[in-house]
Amino acid sequence: MQDPNKNSESPVSDFVDHDEIREYNTLNLGPTHPATHGVFQNVMTMDGEFVIDTRQTIGYIHRAFEKLAERRPFYQITPITDRLNYCSAPLNNLGWHMTVEKLLGIEMPKRVDYLRVIIMELARIGDHNICNSVIGVDSGALTGFVYLFQQREKIYEIYEEICGSRLTTNMGRIGGLERDFSWDAWKKIGAFLDSYPGVLKEFEKLLKRNRIFMERTIGVGPISAERAMAYGFTGPNLRAAGVDYDVRVMNPYASYEDFDFDIPLGTQGDTYDRFMVRQEEMWQSLSIIRQALEKLDRMDDKTTFHADVPAYYLPEKEKVYNDMEALIYHFKIVMGETDIPVGEVYHCVEGANGELGFYLVSEGGRTPFRLHFRRPCFIYYQAYPEMVKGSMLSDAVLTMSSLNVIAGELDA
Amino acid sequence: MFTVKEALDTLTLQQLSHEFGDSILAHEFSYDMMSITVEKEAFLAVIRHLYEDHNLAFRFLTTLCGMHYPDKEKALGLVVHLHSFTNNHRIRIKVFTTDADPHFPSLTSLFPTANWMERETWDFFGIVFDGHPGLTRILNIDDFEGFPLRKDFPLEDQTREDKDDTMFGR
Repeated sequence: MQDPNKNSESPVSDFVDHDEIREYNTLNLGPTHPATHGVFQNVMTMDGEFVIDTRQTIGYIHRAFEKLAERRPFYQITPITDRLNYCSAPLNNLGWHMTVEKLLGIEMPKRVDYLRVIIMELARIGDHNICNSVIGVDSGALTGFVYLFQQREKIYEIYEEICGSRLTTNMGRIGGLERDFSWDAWKKIGAFLDSYPGVLKEFEKLLKRNRIFMERTIGVGPISAERAMAYGFTGPNLRAAGVDYDVRVMNPYASYEDFDFDIPLGTQGDTYDRFMVRQEEMWQSLSIIRQALEKLDRMDDKTTFHADVPAYYLPEKEKVYNDMEALIYHFKIVMGETDIPVGEVYHCVEGANGELGFYLVSEGGRTPFRLHFRRPCFIYYQAYPEMVKGSMLSDAVLTMSSLNVIAGELDA
Repeated sequence: MFTVKEALDTLTLQQLSHEFGDSILAHEFSYDMMSITVEKEAFLAVIRHLYEDHNLAFRFLTTLCGMHYPDKEKALGLVVHLHSFTNNHRIRIKVFTTDADPHFPSLTSLFPTANWMERETWDFFGIVFDGHPGLTRILNIDDFEGFPLRKDFPLEDQTREDKDDTMFGR
């Protein structure tokens, strides 16, 4: 077995433009390059087409989220979490709300949990949609991208019905959702569940056994299970390497224990496995959404969309204007007059690209004393130089897109 | 009734107390996770024990982040979340030091992933990790002054006038 802790520092530590035996070139890829899908800079030492060493520069869009969070009341931190992984913003929003609910000790009604599961799985499909179709684009297949992006649009329309916005959703509230799903939302979810499997199947047909695609992705950017764990990989990237770790199963939240779904696993940890794991996860997400709809259908409760915690749940505007009690609670929450317990809590959710964790330290008062985000891509992106060492430049680009590194989350 | 998690917490705590004695300064349970505060000198040894012990097997570093309590004597802290996949057990290790001596041993020898986490902590808290292969700033620019997540680092003055923000309509 390979020693997982062997020093991964590159033998080529300084950039050399001239070597006595071979001539190396220095290639600057990024910070804004059409092939990198975000603000990433890689200064590569190249031997012809082959990558010898990579040096990463990150932080181009750092926005000091952790510092900002120390000055904001809890309910105003949600828009910050939107801007972490902006491809699946609802996952971050709800993850944050669940963290605060854990701190406050709020027990959520089952119906809210199931509604949240629907939203979170839609967000996961949306995120995997982007990642997988972009792997297609980077290997030269633009068609699938167009098909899947049309479907992503439909997911965004569902978000729009649920919360009023599309990309950065600011969805939900501490203690539930801000409103129940509208009739249109249910209709659109139903339409999506009907139309999406056909499209996904077509997309799979296009790439899954496509000779060109397979040769471009199999064996490209592989990582072993040991190295992936040592590098803190989580999510589909870790599962592609063969480790069956999924937060939804290991530490269920939002009633995930009520659902029956499989955790797809890869064996090689290469680009093709990552692609296939995401592909299968989309099917599983669809099945989870169907199960949630079924459970909601069988439920007597058809109206609850938040827990009964008036001291923490921001009341509806309609009530604030017409109801004295709601106005008082609204005032108290906004002015920070509610008591927040002292404590520290770590809560994690299965984000679209890994374990998204929130470490929240509260000393009482309306703002967190300290909030740390465990951002999955920040943690696993550091393995990139090791994964692309010795590969061709075009494979390095594919590896990057298959890792699903999102600049907003990387730089916080 | 003992749950599996409680049993694991007790086992971990017993093992650490047995192995390190007085170096385990405090432990508390908050929100289904056990926090253990350890002496700075024993920090690396504790983590190494948790990593290498076959029963505990904390082989996964979830997060590593800094803390700053300006009012305390030991103002700078480091919080490490470890995860054992085999037991599905999480644990939080804390260690504190004074402002004057912001040094901690680096965990990169155990967890390669600690590399960037430690760079981030250095960048934002000014905590120096001894034994780190290349401790440089990571998210802020290289010639940045100060450590922004320390509590005494000021936020931008909202009434400042030297900055032209007309384009953004402040």
